[in-house]
Amino acid sequence: MSELFLVAHIAGRGVAIAAAQVDSVVDIGEVVAVPRADAFVRGLAALRSRVVTVIDTGTALGLEPTPDAVRRAVITVVEGHHYAILVDSVEDVAPFARLPLSSGLALHCGWARAGTGIVERDGEPLLILDLAAVIPATIPAA
Amino acid sequence: MTGLERGARMDDLLQEFIAETRETLEAISGEIVAWEAAPADSGRLDAIFRFVHTVKGSCGFLDLPRLARLSHAAEDVLAAVRDGKRTPDTALVNAVLGIVDRIGEIVEAIDSGSPLDDSGEDLLIAALAPDAQPRAQAPTTPHSRAASRSVRLNVDLLDHMMSGMSEMVLARNELARRLRDCDVDPKVEAALERLSLTVADMRDTVTRTRMQKVDALFSALPRMVRDTSAELGKSVDLEIEGADVELDREMIELMRDPLVHIIRNSIDHGIEGPAERRALGKPKNGRLVVSARQSGNQILIEVADDGKGIDVARIVAKAAEKGLHSLPELAAMSDAAKLDLIFAPGLSSRDAVTAISGRGVGMDVVRANIEQIGGRIVLTNDPGRGLRIVIHVPLTLSILSTIIVGVGTQRFALPRQAIEEIVMVRGDAVRIDTIGDAATATVRGRRMPLVSLGQLFDLNDDAPPTLVIVSTREGDYALGVDTVLDTEELVVKPASPAVMATGVYAGKTLPDNGLPMLLLDASGIAAVAGLRFTPVVAASTEVEDVVPGVPALLFDDLDGCRRAIALAVIDRVEPVAVDAIRWSGGAMRLSIGDAIIPLHAVAAFGTRTEVAVLRLTDGESEMAYAIAEAIEIVALPAEMAPARGIGPIAGVVSIGGEQVELVDPHALFAGQPVTLASLPVCLLQVDGSGWMETFLKPALEASGYRCVTALAAGETAAVALAMEDTPLRETLAPVVTLRRTRTAEGEDDASIYRYDRPALIAALAARRAM
Repeated sequence: MSELFLVAHIAGRGVAIAAAQVDSVVDIGEVVAVPRADAFVRGLAALRSRVVTVIDTGTALGLEPTPDAVRRAVITVVEGHHYAILVDSVEDVAPFARLPLSSGLALHCGWARAGTGIVERDGEPLLILDLAAVIPATIPAA
Repeated sequence: MTGLERGARMDDLLQEFIAETRETLEAISGEIVAWEAAPADSGRLDAIFRFVHTVKGSCGFLDLPRLARLSHAAEDVLAAVRDGKRTPDTALVNAVLGIVDRIGEIVEAIDSGSPLDDSGEDLLIAALAPDAQPRAQAPTTPHSRAASRSVRLNVDLLDHMMSGMSEMVLARNELARRLRDCDVDPKVEAALERLSLTVADMRDTVTRTRMQKVDALFSALPRMVRDTSAELGKSVDLEIEGADVELDREMIELMRDPLVHIIRNSIDHGIEGPAERRALGKPKNGRLVVSARQSGNQILIEVADDGKGIDVARIVAKAAEKGLHSLPELAAMSDAAKLDLIFAPGLSSRDAVTAISGRGVGMDVVRANIEQIGGRIVLTNDPGRGLRIVIHVPLTLSILSTIIVGVGTQRFALPRQAIEEIVMVRGDAVRIDTIGDAATATVRGRRMPLVSLGQLFDLNDDAPPTLVIVSTREGDYALGVDTVLDTEELVVKPASPAVMATGVYAGKTLPDNGLPMLLLDASGIAAVAGLRFTPVVAASTEVEDVVPGVPALLFDDLDGCRRAIALAVIDRVEPVAVDAIRWSGGAMRLSIGDAIIPLHAVAAFGTRTEVAVLRLTDGESEMAYAIAEAIEIVALPAEMAPARGIGPIAGVVSIGGEQVELVDPHALFAGQPVTLASLPVCLLQVDGSGWMETFLKPALEASGYRCVTALAAGETAAVALAMEDTPLRETLAPVVTLRRTRTAEGEDDASIYRYDRPALIAALAARRAM
């Protein structure tokens, strides 16, 4: 059984994102910084009449920070809040079969947290990324 | 508020009441017909019961005695039916429906302003009696409906309109930007200008359609509280705070009934009668505080009284009696769950039914209404001392009046409600000092902590040129910013958890320029910046009037600083020889005659041979404070900038335009070992060997106990000590048992090895605390 995935590139790797998690793909405009917030919060951006929280995907996954020049983002909704997950590029949407993570696959950093399976595109395996898990959990201030 | 305004507001309330009653009547007409067809069906009863109950509640404060009388009578009968005391038959149903019809007629008559005679109303009420004869349906004259001046709209529609409005503003901005980039005809510019004005005006209007000051909810309260308390022969002081907070109109409407109900309950069930209050040592007038405030992304509406609180045991007993829960279930409930039973349908905390707060239809309806708008209700019960009910409603749709401040390259919004004033640092009225490592600002003689937003946010390290004086619930402080840009009405929405986790924001918003902006949380900033305010306990106005400025002694301290200390703690000021002061036993001590008292000195005495000391006393123990010179007695200003950190300085006050540190006598005494009179008594149950007296007594006394071998008359021991093999003598104090062997005999052996000094001291302290 296959479902629709969006194929994108994050930190130079190809990933697959379940289309159900994708609200839209946009190029975000000016980002307003949020002082004192965690480093993975790049800031806030306006998306039509809505304000989205822009996530520095590189930092969120524990990798190199995503460069400032990256403007393309996948918009997703987690618990009623809109987030813009920065991606290097987006390829296309296609149906794939969801496969379990190969046993013995040693994922590190945020990949381990957010990777939920793999899809195969013309023999090339792509990690399925759960966008909700890309955003690190925060402990609210008391 | 002028009488005229109040009158206009009552008119508004009346209009709303009419519209609401009309609507409910239409909505329950189906139920009425169904009940008429099947009088035994008690399921139909609830809707009608709630209707008459709501009408009764509303007429109480709208002063509509006829409606009150009718609805109360109908409610009585329906309650009897609900409790199974009466069986609904056709006669009863007809009588109740007669009253419901009559309520509708009266409401229409009020609306159209036409007179309606009240003959027949006694008959209607009489028809409710169990033995009433079936009454012939009286012909009712149809009354003309007045043309309505208001339309009730679905809030979804308003929501839609609102988001459409935001899009329109953004489109206007985009258009303006594009036009700026190229040369345009002045005519086009003029047209754009006109468009901008219209859009701004529309936006205001659309915004206003949704928002209302919470004052609209509070304005009817003074009258209601006065009437209700007069009716019950109680006197209640009502205090209203935060009436300026704005809230979604729908929320205000939905909050009205719950609030009225909660307040009636407070006065009826919570606040005691004057005689009872006097007997309890409470002020004669009950105190009721109704306040609204914004906290993070919620609006909190709080009703606090100083009455007797909720009798939880009684509630539990009632729940058992009504069979809401089984006894084992009730026994297993946590205290909070037991308190929550007050919200169970059909449960009233009071056995006697009164006209004021009814029969427990209230609290379940109250909670349902609040939960319907995504809110919650929290009870804080303090039996004997009062009940505090806090209603939390989401801020999501509220519009805030804000001031936009600039720091570095960023802009932030601050709720206007939190701002007291804005001052420029240049100019004589404002002074910035650093006391220790804490920055303070003095604005026209008033001192307060200073937080530089640029430094806190790592945006700008320069000294801020503008101060925004922010008032929070805990205290006031000055927030240093670069510029104050504008005021704006903003729709604030909750920000994502990752943003809220910083603790300094209350939400996010999208102003007209299309760039997202964060709303600052004034209390959160104070907390993150580490400001600590001494909690100010709001006393009732009666008390406040008689408190003058606290007198204090102004003096020059040994280190040359000018300080002040409350006069009340000073026993006397006297010169003592420096020789009489010694560093002994780990502390500075002063010999006076045969007594030795602790002494506090902030600097060395240098070449002095004599020094002035303030003899301080808290009524029980005594200590001395060495000073250079006493200056004069002054009245302390009410404002004090709290000190950062802990130490013997409570804060900084302004006296004669000068900064003066105020000594904290509490910290001075708290830092000293206590004197004999107030030491806890340790009763030694001696065994005659003398070991306790010789070995144990000095060790215990060094740890702050007074040891006795027998209690004097009227004396009570805080803790008692006994050897394991000595028979225990009768004592009320908790006993610590000592054993001679190093190891305990069994796991349940709680005795302490007699030479294990730390364990012994810890055990004494633990038992004492029990």
